[in-house]
Amino acid sequence: MSTTVTNVILAGLGGQGVIKASDILADAAVRAGFDVKKAEVHGMSQRGGSVTSDVRFGVKVLSPMIPRGEADFLVVLSPSEVVVTRPLLRPGGVLFAPDFVPEAELVNKRSLNVALLGALSAYLDIPERIFLEAVRAALAERLHAVNEQAFQQGRARAAKAGAAALGKRQ
Amino acid sequence: MEKRLLSGDEAVALAARDAGIALGTGYPGTPSTEILEAFGALGGRAQWAPNEKVALEVGLGAAFGGGRALVTMKHVGLNVAADPLFTAAYTGVTGALVVVTADDPGMASSQNEQDNRRYAIAAGLPMLSPADPQEAYDYFFRAVELSERWSLPVLFRMTTRVCHSKALVASRATPMTPRAPSFVRDIPGRVMVPAFARPAHRKLRAKLAEIATFGDASDLHTVTEGSRDLGIITDGVCALHAAEASPGASFFKIGLVHPLPIERLRAFAAGVKRCVVIEESDPVIAEALRAAGIAVESKPEAFRFGELDVARVRRILARDLSPEPPLPRGKPPELCAACPYHPVFAALRKLDCIVAGDIGCYTLGVMEPYRALDTCVAMGASIGVGLGLRHVLPADQARRVVSIIGDSTFIHSGVSGIMEMVYNPPELGHVVIVLDNGITAMTGQQEHPGTGRTLEHQATGKISIEGLARAMGIDTAILDPFANPAGFATLLAEKLATPRLSLIVARRPCVLAAADIRGWEKAAEATRAAQACCPGAVPEDA
Ligand SMILES: Cc1ncc(C[n+]2csc(CCOP(=O)(O)OP(=O)(O)O)c2C)c(N)n1
Repeated sequence: MSTTVTNVILAGLGGQGVIKASDILADAAVRAGFDVKKAEVHGMSQRGGSVTSDVRFGVKVLSPMIPRGEADFLVVLSPSEVVVTRPLLRPGGVLFAPDFVPEAELVNKRSLNVALLGALSAYLDIPERIFLEAVRAALAERLHAVNEQAFQQGRARAAKAGAAALGKRQ
Repeated sequence: MEKRLLSGDEAVALAARDAGIALGTGYPGTPSTEILEAFGALGGRAQWAPNEKVALEVGLGAAFGGGRALVTMKHVGLNVAADPLFTAAYTGVTGALVVVTADDPGMASSQNEQDNRRYAIAAGLPMLSPADPQEAYDYFFRAVELSERWSLPVLFRMTTRVCHSKALVASRATPMTPRAPSFVRDIPGRVMVPAFARPAHRKLRAKLAEIATFGDASDLHTVTEGSRDLGIITDGVCALHAAEASPGASFFKIGLVHPLPIERLRAFAAGVKRCVVIEESDPVIAEALRAAGIAVESKPEAFRFGELDVARVRRILARDLSPEPPLPRGKPPELCAACPYHPVFAALRKLDCIVAGDIGCYTLGVMEPYRALDTCVAMGASIGVGLGLRHVLPADQARRVVSIIGDSTFIHSGVSGIMEMVYNPPELGHVVIVLDNGITAMTGQQEHPGTGRTLEHQATGKISIEGLARAMGIDTAILDPFANPAGFATLLAEKLATPRLSLIVARRPCVLAAADIRGWEKAAEATRAAQACCPGAVPEDA
């Protein structure tokens, strides 16, 4: 376990499952034994506005907010939010844009959030098994199969396109 | 004890349960809303009041009776509750009264960014300032202890990032046990006529002096020895930003922001070469220290605006005044596609109305394509502002003035505006539209007295908006604007054309809440029917 803090920003529009995805990520990090903090502003998120959520984990996390321009990973669920949030990523950080997992390949479009978490998971120091536990814990049982599949699709894409994904580093 | 990931709001709710809070009340407002919802879900007695003033009064009564009470609100809610608050500082309490004020530096979802640490000074009340969910949990017990030890209401200041950040929280193994409430008469202590209020004020100041002495030695403040070159004095979430921005510095983290531990801070400042106060919003701590003759550096004026983060704290410490990179400007919120308010704004636009607006989802009527909102100041203000406009504008403009207000806002503070309207009617009359979507939508769909269901969606007494308006002698019409947009526009035009006072209830449930409302209402109906047959029934239309 490294002593540095891992900084992940999840972004999208209200109703896309940004907060749900960040809850899953934070829970996975807790289950993996990290100190975790998570911050978001969700006052008006239900009205379709932009939503971002910061998840930070490591041995010890201080501020709940990721300093601007210091995110290691940026996971974006809506194409319109990519340009807006890109400056939050540090040089060399990894961007997962919404088309990283093509919508057409998903059984249910609504699991894009979990699919992108799957992609992200390939880069994190959290075992896959633990990640999946967190996915299941956060969702109703009838949604488990679809979301586990989406998670695996994202993870496989990240593994396969490892080089391509690295090429996307900012 | 296993740690759980909790938001600051959830941590306060858990602490309230573990501290034996007998009653939690408040009025919804981001970022404080989830506290009472979570407290109710944990089995606590949680209820929404019609507004913050009433909530504080109910909490005060519970604390007069010897109970432990929690009252929650957003920062601007304390303006509404300020009247009883200031005198409750004189009366004090018998049980405990913890008043949570959730400030919103940066205005993520508020109309201003007032700094409620000023209220602690103005009212003369102790105020705790937790930095994260764990402290929110731990400090809550301290607040209850302070409140009972000095028989005073205690202010609990949270901010958006304390309320809505999640972090690991360890809870206590053993809950605190409260004393059983029981009435003890104390006329000079609780009846604030001048003869009793004069000594009460002196007593308050004496208590504050004692609390200051207590605070000077208290572990609510944490001093971390670091470099002598830089000392940082800070409170709340800023302490975490600062610790990350400057890990080598010496720190004085203030937990009790009022009264301040002035002598300890003086010694701390004297022990370092450079002493900087890192605080969000107003320079409240810096001003107090300077007034006490302690030389500290305060942040430049630019940092009074918006919230702080690690990057901004680094700038303050580096005295970097170069322009800051703009915050990402994402997509603003907008009315839901199927929101029942659309036809209302279309009609207001079509009739070229001058719209005195209010606060709620309908404030979004200011956005394109309608731009049909001309004022938005404070909850309930639409009616008074609309009347004021009507009183002074030339007739061709006055005729077009309309006040629009949501159902929750109408109950909160719109009713007194209607009294004003009846008492001081404008020459050309006035038109008020109550946008009744059957819920407090903006803050995440909370119940209110007009829904006839409690915080936990159980059947209870119900306030009729049209019943209230008619009782005050106002010509009142009810219409579903979504089902009949043309009819709504015609009705509005008719009302505007007469010099009478009129109120239109535009009634259709919020699209986001409609399914839930149907479910709750079905269950509530069943309860009402069952109660209607028995003595002690809750009347259907109380
Ligand atoms: C004094 C005060 N308390 C609380 C709030 C938070 N708040 C903003 S709008 C609102 C109520 C909105 O409900 P409603 O009037 O029914 O309108 P809707 O959002 O349903 O359209 C609340 C509680 C506030 N801005 N000011």
